[in-house]
Amino acid sequence: MQTRIIIASTSLRDYLVLAIFSAVVLSAPLWAQAIGAGYPDLLQKFAIFGLFAIGYNLLFGLTGYLSFGHAAFLGVGSYATVWSFKLLSMNVIPAVLLSVAISAIFAVVIGFLSLRRTGIYFSILTLAFAQMSYNMAYSVLTPITNGETGLRVLRDDPRLIDTLLGIQVQGSPLADLFGLTLKGYAGFYFCAVMLILGFWVALRIFRSPYGMKLVAIKSNQTRMEYTGFNPRPYLLSVFVISGIYAGLAGSLMAIVDPLAGAERMQWTASGEVVLMTILGGVGTLLGPVIGAATIKYFENIFSAVNEQTLHQVFDFLPDWLNELMVTLTSPFVGDGWHLTLGVLFMVIIIFLPGGIIEGFRRIQALFQRKPGKAEEEA
Amino acid sequence: MSDDDKKFPNLSRRGFLKASIATAAVTAAPTILIRNAHAFVNEPKGATVTLGFNVPQTGAYADEGADELRAFKLAVKHLNGEGDGGMLNTMKPSSLKGNGILGKKVTYVTGDTQTKSDAARASAKRMIEKDGALMISGGSSSGVAIAVQSLCQEAGVIFMAGLTHSNDTTGKDKRKHGFRHFFNAYMSGQALAPVLAEEYGRDRKAYHLTADYTWGWTQEESIKNATEALGWKTVAAVRTPLGAGDFSQYITPVLNSGADVLILNHYGKDMVNSLTQAVQFGLRDKMVNGKKFEIVVPLFSRLMAQGAGDAIKGILGTTNWHWSLSDEGSKAFVKSFGAEYGFPPSQAAQTCYVQTLLYANACEMAGTFNPCGVIEALEGFKFDGMGNGPTEYRAADHQCFKDVLVVRGKEKPSSQFDLLEVAKVVPRSQVEYDPSIFGGELGQCNA
Repeated sequence: MQTRIIIASTSLRDYLVLAIFSAVVLSAPLWAQAIGAGYPDLLQKFAIFGLFAIGYNLLFGLTGYLSFGHAAFLGVGSYATVWSFKLLSMNVIPAVLLSVAISAIFAVVIGFLSLRRTGIYFSILTLAFAQMSYNMAYSVLTPITNGETGLRVLRDDPRLIDTLLGIQVQGSPLADLFGLTLKGYAGFYFCAVMLILGFWVALRIFRSPYGMKLVAIKSNQTRMEYTGFNPRPYLLSVFVISGIYAGLAGSLMAIVDPLAGAERMQWTASGEVVLMTILGGVGTLLGPVIGAATIKYFENIFSAVNEQTLHQVFDFLPDWLNELMVTLTSPFVGDGWHLTLGVLFMVIIIFLPGGIIEGFRRIQALFQRKPGKAEEEA
Repeated sequence: MSDDDKKFPNLSRRGFLKASIATAAVTAAPTILIRNAHAFVNEPKGATVTLGFNVPQTGAYADEGADELRAFKLAVKHLNGEGDGGMLNTMKPSSLKGNGILGKKVTYVTGDTQTKSDAARASAKRMIEKDGALMISGGSSSGVAIAVQSLCQEAGVIFMAGLTHSNDTTGKDKRKHGFRHFFNAYMSGQALAPVLAEEYGRDRKAYHLTADYTWGWTQEESIKNATEALGWKTVAAVRTPLGAGDFSQYITPVLNSGADVLILNHYGKDMVNSLTQAVQFGLRDKMVNGKKFEIVVPLFSRLMAQGAGDAIKGILGTTNWHWSLSDEGSKAFVKSFGAEYGFPPSQAAQTCYVQTLLYANACEMAGTFNPCGVIEALEGFKFDGMGNGPTEYRAADHQCFKDVLVVRGKEKPSSQFDLLEVAKVVPRSQVEYDPSIFGGELGQCNA
């Protein structure tokens, strides 16, 4: 399935994809309004988790190595960013660079040890490392991570660079990009630019000979070894790249909201990115972004629907029908949002194993098979 | 792909990037420019005012969260003049009229904190940014409460803390926009220690098992200080991971340590498990140093007592409020809560209900929804008739001061809700402290 979409040379079509992707992402504040998601925090989450899932997909989608520990890099990236805010400067540039560097180092160590095994053993090893990181952050390393309460930026932190430049913090310290405070929509656009950059890098990797070798690892590692390639360097490098994506996503989370908590590293967070990737479509370029947005949408919008809202939705119906509809639908919203997500996930896995992207492809194929009819309809 | 190339003969990479950025800038510009200037964040312009109730609906504290949500809904009903009015009738002094807040009908939005700081902040941000909530309330863990409190400070809305017991919430992490009605670990220690000394004597050796996170540590420290001041000795304080499930490896060493009291600084499911296992190990039937071995659970709640079953009989602890109290406010609240839902409210429900009413009352007193005015009205506000007797919101740290209940697990419960009996009502003067002992600063009002 992957070999079909990999084309060795970058064509103009890729630029077209990038341009459309950028336009859709950057205009999100306009169209997301229609589905009730047009507020900065959720849009930021879409971009950040989209980036996280794109990076995860580079490892899982291309090489087939199922990592259950990617949340560790997310957390490490967040902590690095907050420490940069505390010690160096509220400017995001050093923070992002520090996060990328530290998550890369983490990924080299964890990857070097975990990639000695394949399949389920690899998954378990990564899970073990992530849980270890989580527990360390939660209690043992409290001086560094501030444990359960989470690491926060305080007004009286040293911030050496800012002090040298004579920059004073007024009110609560907020992340900035040379004077532009990255809060609200400004924060979203910063995340969106990072997402587009990340998307472009992933696209180039998909299209490159390097990406081809990663797919070769997935399809038949033994055969690849016989042809004279050593898969280890490729695996380790893509693991590190994917770890850097996660670290960058973690850094962005701390940038738009200067706080880092240990829960970000919990196994549920690692599982979430697996779900996002599978839901959207493993091994596709856009799938992970769509999957990430879907899950975050459910988490934030569906969980907020309560009976009061349902009554308003079904207001046009007669009273008894209104009551009935509210009774029928209320288990699936509010605290039942996990249930709805579970059902959606099952439906997708059973009927569309390639994720939401496969659904789009099937619709597209319907029109392509009968081009005459499609044109008439248009 | 050659077809595509023909379709766009003159398009270069640079050209495409330029075009896409230009398109994006044009489409995005209006959303940045139309950020209209309000006097303060989420100033209500219509006929309604929106409050945000942010509680755990999934996860370990979902029971508490569900009860908090019931209380919030009841409070909104009473504020809007529906139902029997509950504590609106007993609160003194009260500016509430039962016609909403400042004449605007109260509506609410809900969210799921999942007992995680990230999820709680995301949920609170949605309420503030999308739904226009003026006040956020709720929370069933101190970590979450502190995280949301600092968010509300940054965003410029009021945070009325729900169930949070750590000293830090109004101690080193206190904020100008955050208010807590619930009591804290320090008060638990001050209230509990004299009762313990009275019941078990002054010559005791205590062994602490502590949940290994912020709340556990502050509680351990508070109880240790309070008991040691009365002559107790602390043999050991062992940290246990949160959500351990099996505590047998931590309980076995207690028997050989020479300690004769076990103090469990656990909450929620951890407390249910550790207490049940300690009782199963026969700790309470032992005689150590010629004295009967005792177990103490400093923070008790009825929902936890329900989970622990027979194990809680005779165990001492503290609680913020209990539905069996016989003052006017408690009776009115239990009555309307029972009429609505068919069972008595928990302490989490009471604190959330009271917080909502206090916020509404402060808006009425200030005559505005402006957070700076509301903060001013709440600071130093003295009130009565909300359970717990005369209460004061101390201006220095936004902590409520009121009587603390020392409770004991009932030997012969008459129903599944009648699990605790009030052993002593410790007067407010005994649990008061100097706000400076915990450090931290409130900061400025942010509107």
